[in-house]
Amino acid sequence: MKGDKIIFFQIIIILLLICLFGFLINNLIINLIRTDLGFNFSWLLKPASFALAEHALPYSPSDSYAWALLIGWLNSLKVIFVSLFLSTILGIIIGLSRTGNNVLLKIISSFYITIIRQTPLLLQLMFWYFVGFLGLKNNFINFTNLLKINNQGIEFLGLSLTSEFSALIIGLSVFTSAFIAEVIRGGIISVPKGQWESFRSLGLSERNGLIRVIIPQALPAIIPGLTSQYLNLAKNSTLAIAIGYSDIYAINDTIINQTGRAIECFIILLLTFLILNLLITNLMETINKFINKKNFLY
Amino acid sequence: MNTIIKVKNISKSYSRGLLALDNVSLKVNQGKVLVIMGPSGSGKSTLIRTFNGLETFDAGEIDILGIKINSNYDERRIQKIRKRVGMVFQQFNLFPHLSILDNITLAPLNVQKRTRIDAEEFGMYLLNQMGISMHAGKYPSQLSGGEQQRVAIARALALKPELLLFDEPTSALDPERINEVLDVMRKLAQDGMTMVVVTHEINFAKDVSDQILFMDSGKVIETSTPDIFFSNAKHERSRKFLNQLDK
Ligand SMILES: Nc1ncnc2c1ncn2[C@@H]1O[C@H](COP(=O)(O)OP(=O)(O)O)[C@@H](O)[C@H]1O
Ligand SMILES: [Mg+2]
Repeated sequence: MKGDKIIFFQIIIILLLICLFGFLINNLIINLIRTDLGFNFSWLLKPASFALAEHALPYSPSDSYAWALLIGWLNSLKVIFVSLFLSTILGIIIGLSRTGNNVLLKIISSFYITIIRQTPLLLQLMFWYFVGFLGLKNNFINFTNLLKINNQGIEFLGLSLTSEFSALIIGLSVFTSAFIAEVIRGGIISVPKGQWESFRSLGLSERNGLIRVIIPQALPAIIPGLTSQYLNLAKNSTLAIAIGYSDIYAINDTIINQTGRAIECFIILLLTFLILNLLITNLMETINKFINKKNFLY
Repeated sequence: MNTIIKVKNISKSYSRGLLALDNVSLKVNQGKVLVIMGPSGSGKSTLIRTFNGLETFDAGEIDILGIKINSNYDERRIQKIRKRVGMVFQQFNLFPHLSILDNITLAPLNVQKRTRIDAEEFGMYLLNQMGISMHAGKYPSQLSGGEQQRVAIARALALKPELLLFDEPTSALDPERINEVLDVMRKLAQDGMTMVVVTHEINFAKDVSDQILFMDSGKVIETSTPDIFFSNAKHERSRKFLNQLDK
């Protein structure tokens, strides 16, 4: 009897979903007819005819929309992976300071986490861009030509980063690091107190104990939280448009304005983000499996 | 006689008011076994944990193997003590992500910088002594409580300590598993290991200890030989405690 009821409800839910889908597709067709565009991707090969300040591969306005989108993707990936790396390092340092014995570090790190987590990311990006970089003098830091920081961006060992890119990676890294720090802290406090007492009573240093005893046991609790922070980071990177960095979303936006191909563009955006996020998830799952195999043959 | 532990008037309170340790003094000579008894919450764990710096204290002085510590937490001295003093806990606290042998060799490899061959050879010797060498490649969760506690003892012995601390080593074990751990401890005592043992095991205390220290509310109520303590305890509170244990 109970099983019948569940099946009945499931059928109703499926019917409702079909209706909703039908409604959306109907809407889409009506809109496509009204704008007289039709659904196709051949426009991708036409020249984009807009300039891009940042491109990892050669690009000129006479290149196609498809090429412009690829450039946008490379710009996004650059931001996502650099921020992913920086936010992890920063998050680990802050997370460990938060759980450590040093009272001053504890206060500073919890202050950092609170402030960063309580302010909107958009605001923080604006801050890093307009106050952090554009507000700088022409010659803010110039350390024997090895490291230059000014309103044009950052120059480091011959590597030159624009102010948009710099503000974006700093903003995203700082924002994400506060969440990663909490994930790290959660993982570490999930390890029983007895484990700390055990390694200490064996004469292991705090650093050694952390590396060989605590972190390996904290990782299974940390990895899932870290994965979701990485996915958030990838999605948050689309806020690049707010400070004029040409990521995939910003370029998509420009193309929609020029061509009116909103539906195709959103499909491209959705699919590519889906692929990226699946990649991140899979990578993290592989790491997780590797760790579990290596350490936890219970 | 060499004195291994000398505790002079130490006191400690966790929060203001209640004293977990109230002016405690004691002495343990080389090769001797001190058993600490007392009701739950009397400060036994707090006391034994001050010996290797797992717990700080507010006043007084402790001398372990000639290394003096006081209320100022001196990390370098405590580290020195920990390298020469082993500890065994009620909950075993083995490292669940490491094999039995890796549990034992972790400290020799990282603290004493011994070679792996050397550390593993000594680790296997210790497991043999504990009668559990067949479990060397297993993980802690695959062992019974009694076996895990014997691994914990082997782990504590791996640094060749001059003093062993036990905090209720059999309290978390099934009754039929208690003796396999007590037997190992008896053998250690016979071989001349200096030991401090917090326990409620009367027979072990009678047979093995040289001294019984009875605590209540953070104070040392009496220190006696086991003969006197179990037949003719000096203090009213000790007798009451023993009566309750018998029931
Ligand atoms: N971490 C702690 N924080 C606050 N109070 C504690 C803590 N550990 C122990 N105490 C208190 O100190 C007293 C002595 O505890 P403990 O040394 O564990 O006693 P025992 O081992 O004899 O049972 C108890 O009153 C206990 O509640
Ligand atoms: Mg206790």
